[in-house]
Amino acid sequence: MSFINKPKVRHPDLPQNELGLTRRDYEGAMSTLCAGCGHDSVTSSITQAIWELSLRPEQLAKLSGIGCSSKTTAYFASGAHGFNGVHGRMPSIATGANAANKNLHYIGVSGDGDSLSIGFGQFAHAIRRNVNMLYICENNGVYGLTKGQFSASADIGSKSKKGEENQQAPVDPCLAALSLGGSFIARSFSGDREQLVPLIKAGLMHKGFAMIDVISPCVTFNDHVGSTKSYEFTREHYHEAVHTDYIPPRTEITASYGAGEVLPVQMHDGSQLRLRKLDKDYDPNHRGKAFEYLRTKLRQGEHVTGLIFLSPGRDPDMHEMLHTTDVPLNQVPYEQLHPGAAGLASILKRYA
Amino acid sequence: MAQPPATQDRVNDFVIKLANVNGTGSASANTMLMKSIFRMGVPVMGKNYFPSNIQGLPTWYEIRVTRDAYVARSGRVDLMVAMNAETYQKDVREVSPGGFLIYDSTWPRSAVLARDDIAILGAPLAKICNENFVGVRNRILMKNVMYVGLLAALLEIDVEVIRQLLNESYSKKPALVEANMKAVQLGYDYAKQHLPCPLPLRIQRMDKTRGSVMIDGNTAAGLGAVYAGATVGPWYPITPSTSLMDAFKSFCSKLRVDPETGESRYAVIQAEDELAAIGMVLGANWNGARAFTATSGPGISLMSEFIGLAYYAEVPAVIVDVQRVGPSTGMPTRTQQCDILLCAYASHGDTKHVLLFPSNPEECFYMMVQAFDLAERLQTPVFVMSDLDIGMNDWMCPELKWDDAYRPDRGKVLTKEEIEALPKFHRYLDKDDDGIPARTLPGVSPKGAYFTRGSGHNQYGGYTEDSAEYQVVMERLLRKFNRAKTLVPAPVIEATGTSDIGLVAVGSSRGAVNEARDILARRGIPIDYMRIKAFPFTKNVEAFMASHDKIFVVEQNRDAQLRSLLTLETDVPKSKLHSILHYSGLPMTSKEIVEAVVAELGDARRASLAAAK
Repeated sequence: MSFINKPKVRHPDLPQNELGLTRRDYEGAMSTLCAGCGHDSVTSSITQAIWELSLRPEQLAKLSGIGCSSKTTAYFASGAHGFNGVHGRMPSIATGANAANKNLHYIGVSGDGDSLSIGFGQFAHAIRRNVNMLYICENNGVYGLTKGQFSASADIGSKSKKGEENQQAPVDPCLAALSLGGSFIARSFSGDREQLVPLIKAGLMHKGFAMIDVISPCVTFNDHVGSTKSYEFTREHYHEAVHTDYIPPRTEITASYGAGEVLPVQMHDGSQLRLRKLDKDYDPNHRGKAFEYLRTKLRQGEHVTGLIFLSPGRDPDMHEMLHTTDVPLNQVPYEQLHPGAAGLASILKRYA
Repeated sequence: MAQPPATQDRVNDFVIKLANVNGTGSASANTMLMKSIFRMGVPVMGKNYFPSNIQGLPTWYEIRVTRDAYVARSGRVDLMVAMNAETYQKDVREVSPGGFLIYDSTWPRSAVLARDDIAILGAPLAKICNENFVGVRNRILMKNVMYVGLLAALLEIDVEVIRQLLNESYSKKPALVEANMKAVQLGYDYAKQHLPCPLPLRIQRMDKTRGSVMIDGNTAAGLGAVYAGATVGPWYPITPSTSLMDAFKSFCSKLRVDPETGESRYAVIQAEDELAAIGMVLGANWNGARAFTATSGPGISLMSEFIGLAYYAEVPAVIVDVQRVGPSTGMPTRTQQCDILLCAYASHGDTKHVLLFPSNPEECFYMMVQAFDLAERLQTPVFVMSDLDIGMNDWMCPELKWDDAYRPDRGKVLTKEEIEALPKFHRYLDKDDDGIPARTLPGVSPKGAYFTRGSGHNQYGGYTEDSAEYQVVMERLLRKFNRAKTLVPAPVIEATGTSDIGLVAVGSSRGAVNEARDILARRGIPIDYMRIKAFPFTKNVEAFMASHDKIFVVEQNRDAQLRSLLTLETDVPKSKLHSILHYSGLPMTSKEIVEAVVAELGDARRASLAAAK
């Protein structure tokens, strides 16, 4: 991973967002991933989403663990602080960072090895705590940097580049998140920008833990015939159950949908999600049914995508559970944190 | 029943040991006993030896009444309160000749209790309890309170002091005060009528505890974290550190909750494991909050990977290691100083860390504040090396003081204006040659943004695999560590000015060392003492060792870890350092130090020193 800065050449007609910033202002360092890597498409979707949301780059904090996926936080929003932690432990860094300052937007980017093997515990507990963050799992079923070992998300029967067949049951991050009480659970495909960009926006605006599992093929180690995480296989076995449109706050809603097809969801910041159900029987507000639907489709070899589950209530996030003050903890004046010498004397009475 | 031997009066200078079964409420009875002696102005030391268990196993509590304020074990037991039938035999053996043993005579025990050189006193506590209290649990609890009354009569402890303590403990439950006082009175009356009151061991009012408090180190450290301005406390439960975060949370719940809105100015997060706890500490400190965790040896092992990241990526962190007996799970409820090397060099690769060594709860309080200042000034993890003895026992120590002029040293954190005035921000560039670069916080300015990483980076903050660029940063980190030598607390040196013999120790050995020095001095062996308060070692540490011919290194582990660290990190010749090692899991006694010093120096040496004097 070299650290080449992209030349800041700007076309004067580049579109600007509400802050007057162009998409270029949300880019990061040059990617050093393999040409055609799914992760780069995800990076591009993230860049698009945060630009469209008109977030100030410094309002973001980017967190990652170790692995190809975890490099991607360097490739967008160079105006945001990034933290590339240790393998599988990004959720704890994000949790601590979030505890310190509830007012930033946290984007964690992880991979299937990082989230589902070494970091499965932290992934699970960040969901349980409902840490207010967007968590993207760039899922390719394979360890890239160590050259092609199966990851925990590899399907039974999927073949490695060397021809070995995986025999262990896969861990599905969406099923796991459903069973752990996740409040926003989505799946997408790196190649489907139309689906992914609104999901990222919705996930960032969701108050709580928003998990997007993004199938993101590895062109070097897992894009061959026999792999169930290749571009071709993914495109063929792609089942979009719900399409999400993100409607920013104060937007006049003009699109019309047929009755019963659309589920409007009000977000806490005034934005709205419109969930277009592509499968009429699907209910993204029902945890049990979502679980069953996913399992059924998986048995049929189909990857269900879209916003799979959105908690119908307002699940309290970590700060709400902790009843923390509105002022971020890293900004509470020191004088408000201790009762001084007089207070100490009174505390010590008990011990005298 | 044997009559007590006519030993000389031992006023305010003796040791009581209480043998109990854990889970019976004995700890609160024993604390009450100790506190009442303290309230009578007589210095005390208390040690709780408890099992890693919830209910039913043997537990002991040792109270030393010490008019000379020696807050260490003496190695004697003058009065044994043997309330646990299972351990009678062992307990009887432990009483020093001329001492006393009290047992529950509800059941005859004469066979196991036979010993000619001590006085054995029986009181039918269970029987009296059963006659006066209803309910199994209540009877068990009250039996313990009853022996407090018994001892009050035997030792001349003021019953009104006990009542006052009960009033304070149960201010909202007056019925409990009455029930407890009834038990105290029953024990007191029985002793007055049937036992030889008072014993030659007696308490007499003094005025030597004014201005002191009885507090445990975990509570003091939790309070220190409050005063340091810590707001985020991620942790994972582990004995013996658990009560530290409990204390922090409890203080915060009283001091930092808005009475109107119920909003809290703190976040205590129970993590899924120590790996997550330290990860959260780093995330929060990186983001500008003061965050810390408390753990013990096994937790440090688990945290080690993250500790290396914090060292290399220069993220402040405060970690309290309340040390317990290792290796592995070891003996979780016993004390040692066995993580010195582990913490000094925690994590893979070239890493070194700042350690602070509190010697009692008082220093736990102050060192928590110092630890945060150092962690932020140096942008690195700082360990507070407490132990179970300090952390979980109530120690008599000077009342904690606070200077309202104190402001946290947040180190080189650039403000928005400072960032924007820079041509360009470089995270790891040492601009003023003190080894410490400036940092920025997320959310402040896009110009201050940088990428924090544990992978190779150059001084500008960029990723690198270039040898020269890598080395520039590593060498600067070493300069920073050397810089720490000028910032950490200096050792406390107590020198006679005439001795060429030195003694070096850290942490909870302090009380035992102090008493041992006095005993040795009386025996003609004056010894200079250096109590090291921090690693890296300051210049004074080197100087002390250079100016003494023979140096005893007193520590509570098998492998002489402090001695190893001294030989690794200073110029002292290894042959100069003579270890006195104690690693039984119980707090050190002054006796073993005295014996080890005398054995090493030999009679000739002793004689020559005495002659010279």
